[in-house]
Amino acid sequence: MTDLLTPAFATALLAGAITAGVPLLLAGLGEQMSQKAGVLNIGLEGMMLAGAYAAFVAAHGAGPWAGFAAGMLAGMAVAAVMAVMSVRFGLNQIVTGIALLLGVEGVTAILHHLKFATTYPRLSPVASWPLPGLAELPVAGPALFDRPAIVYGAIALVAAMAWIYRRTYFGLALQAAGERPSALDAAGGDVVRTRAAAVLAAGACAGLGGAFMSVVAAGIFVPFMTNGAGFIAIVLAMLARGRPLMVLCGALLFGACLSAATALQVAGVDAPVDIVQMLPFAAVLLVLALFGQGGALPAALGEAWRRGDPLGK
Amino acid sequence: MSAAPFVSLEGLTRSFAGVRALDGVDVAFHAGEVHVLLGENGAGKSTLAAILAGVQQPDAGTVRIDGTLRSLSSPREAMARGIGVVFQHPRFVPSLSLADNVALGGGPWWRRPLPAEIARRMREAERRIGATAPLDPLAKAGSLSQGELQRAQIVRALMRDSRLLVLDEPTSMLTPEEAADLVALMRRLADDPDRPMAIVFVTHKLDEALDCGDRITVLRRGRKAGELRPGADMPREAARRALLAMMFSGAAALAPRPSTGVLPDAGREILRIEGLVAPPLDGIYLSVRAGEIVGVAGIDGNGQRELAEALAGQRAMVAGDIRLDGLPLGPLGVAARFRRGLRYASDDRLGEGAVGALPIALNLLLKRIGAAPFWRRGVARRVAMDAHARAMIAAFDIRAPGPHTLAAHLSGGNLQKVILARELETGARAIVFAKPTHGLDIVSAAACRERIRAAARSGLAVLLISTDLDEIVELADRVVVMSRGRIVARVAGGEGAREAVGRAISRGERRAEAQA
Repeated sequence: MTDLLTPAFATALLAGAITAGVPLLLAGLGEQMSQKAGVLNIGLEGMMLAGAYAAFVAAHGAGPWAGFAAGMLAGMAVAAVMAVMSVRFGLNQIVTGIALLLGVEGVTAILHHLKFATTYPRLSPVASWPLPGLAELPVAGPALFDRPAIVYGAIALVAAMAWIYRRTYFGLALQAAGERPSALDAAGGDVVRTRAAAVLAAGACAGLGGAFMSVVAAGIFVPFMTNGAGFIAIVLAMLARGRPLMVLCGALLFGACLSAATALQVAGVDAPVDIVQMLPFAAVLLVLALFGQGGALPAALGEAWRRGDPLGK
Repeated sequence: MSAAPFVSLEGLTRSFAGVRALDGVDVAFHAGEVHVLLGENGAGKSTLAAILAGVQQPDAGTVRIDGTLRSLSSPREAMARGIGVVFQHPRFVPSLSLADNVALGGGPWWRRPLPAEIARRMREAERRIGATAPLDPLAKAGSLSQGELQRAQIVRALMRDSRLLVLDEPTSMLTPEEAADLVALMRRLADDPDRPMAIVFVTHKLDEALDCGDRITVLRRGRKAGELRPGADMPREAARRALLAMMFSGAAALAPRPSTGVLPDAGREILRIEGLVAPPLDGIYLSVRAGEIVGVAGIDGNGQRELAEALAGQRAMVAGDIRLDGLPLGPLGVAARFRRGLRYASDDRLGEGAVGALPIALNLLLKRIGAAPFWRRGVARRVAMDAHARAMIAAFDIRAPGPHTLAAHLSGGNLQKVILARELETGARAIVFAKPTHGLDIVSAAACRERIRAAARSGLAVLLISTDLDEIVELADRVVVMSRGRIVARVAGGEGAREAVGRAISRGERRAEAQA
């Protein structure tokens, strides 16, 4: 085991944890906001996938920043459908989310086939922004502080979310919309607008997460490339108990599991790839079994809301 | 008092599922006036309040504010137009602090004031209502009493510069002292020399209306039955009679008939409880005979609810014995006890007692799901169910369009009739009533008490749990007093029972305080 703990292995594991963890972090932060507002956004994976595809197309033509913008917009477009159907018209959130995911999977696969079936273009690596001083540190330097700007942006988003939840009226309204929408309504808030804004924000975050996957991490788009990351992000958001920092910790943990395959190969460990690829999902199950009990989810999570419903709360 | 009303409603009409909750009601609210909306359950008072709150929209009719035609399409809009509402069931987020709840919806999306700033504004509003014990802004809303939550709603309305305050049945959850404080508070807000408010006080209690109303509008079955300005020129008794006539005109006499206090001699022991322990119950011994009503008195929360649940089979017992007709009920569950004849009318009518989203027909069969003749080999037989429901609706005078009306759409009195119909059906031997008339209007309450008497006359053993001392004294042959999970006194019914029970309750309270 001792020969595993070489600097090369540690750097690869850390770098991989960031690369695989940032999409989870972004999508998880978005999902967290949506869940706070009482919308269980099962279509998160679809929003990521839409973002990944749109970002790839835009980055292919106009560079990575255009890609990130396109990814966010694509995620928001899918989220807009979710907001109209499940928030405005109160349709079942789970059914809507699943329908969106299946739809996006199909559409992106077809579009990719039509446009890139023969060429399989590859994006050039996104330039990194080494942070002066920190980037020269051993092990942590190249893994943490010599990365594309969007990595730092994703981590800054953790603080931004915490600020929104703690210090803004919107954060308060989110919590009320998730715990007891009728209270928000009675207080003069707007439940539909609050929930819709949260879903759109979740779409933007998930789209950006997908964009990171295709533009930064992979450099290509492959149909179904999100491969369950959206669902892991949903679990992360549920386990984080409303705290953005917990999403960051969880994303890094799962990112480490996802990247373990590569890192183990760097270290020259001969483990079957199939077993190693099961790691993140086994970790999800383990974490759920350990911390899933007594999780504090919003009381009205998943419940459609209509004003003055005689059967509602 | 200004001549022009602040808010005037004309021809207000609103229907639910074919029932006219409001039918062409005209009413105007003036600044500086406490205006009582009086009526029995289902008269349309709460619908009118909901329209003022912007929670519901009228099907027809107009709303004028300061003489200008307005729509109140959402609570947000109603609030912006100066209408504040104190809901009967406070709409607060239980997991948020009071300060957060009060701040909620109070500004644009970004920066919200720090809790200290909100607390300062809350204190300002509390000074205006002359509150002596200020609310703790950092306490979670879920940990506060009904009275405190109500005050918080008033404080919030004042912080938003409301000019009209609607209070929907505000006294129903309060102790008599709290209710008196609230009435004084309404008076103070209406008489405020700088900013006189218009107060709309919704209630079904006649005496409250007479105590504080400058103007009383009586609603009856969705229509305005009349308006009255009790004052110096009208003696209280005359006003009272006039209001009663408007509210009920022709309804049965309401005078309570005191219990005879004589034990029915035919009584064979039906229900026997021996050494029942089920925390917080701590050794209950009790026996109820056929035809006997045994009252269980005491301050709410001293184990009455748990006693009822243990009897009904909803709560496991740690030790002791419960026998019905001499046979131990031991481990039997709810359905088995129901079949043996032990029935329970819960006070949580639209929770434990009935399922709001199900029709009357199914609620009547809730404890017999799968039983013949209503189900055959697991398949529901609608014809038999509907016929059964129609018979019950007639027998128990349930006022509803039909067997398919949802329980959630019934008034409290009618819902109670559905529950009683189910529990008193064939095969009943003993029945536990938990606060049977809590929240009912006087007519429904009187009808319910008559049912309880009739149940006893037909030979059932009746256990009546109530916090209403007058009700217990009126109905019970014997009274036991509960305190901290034990029976601390046993009193015979009839003359002098009220005083004896009252003394036992306050003795129990003092002991509980001394131990705490």
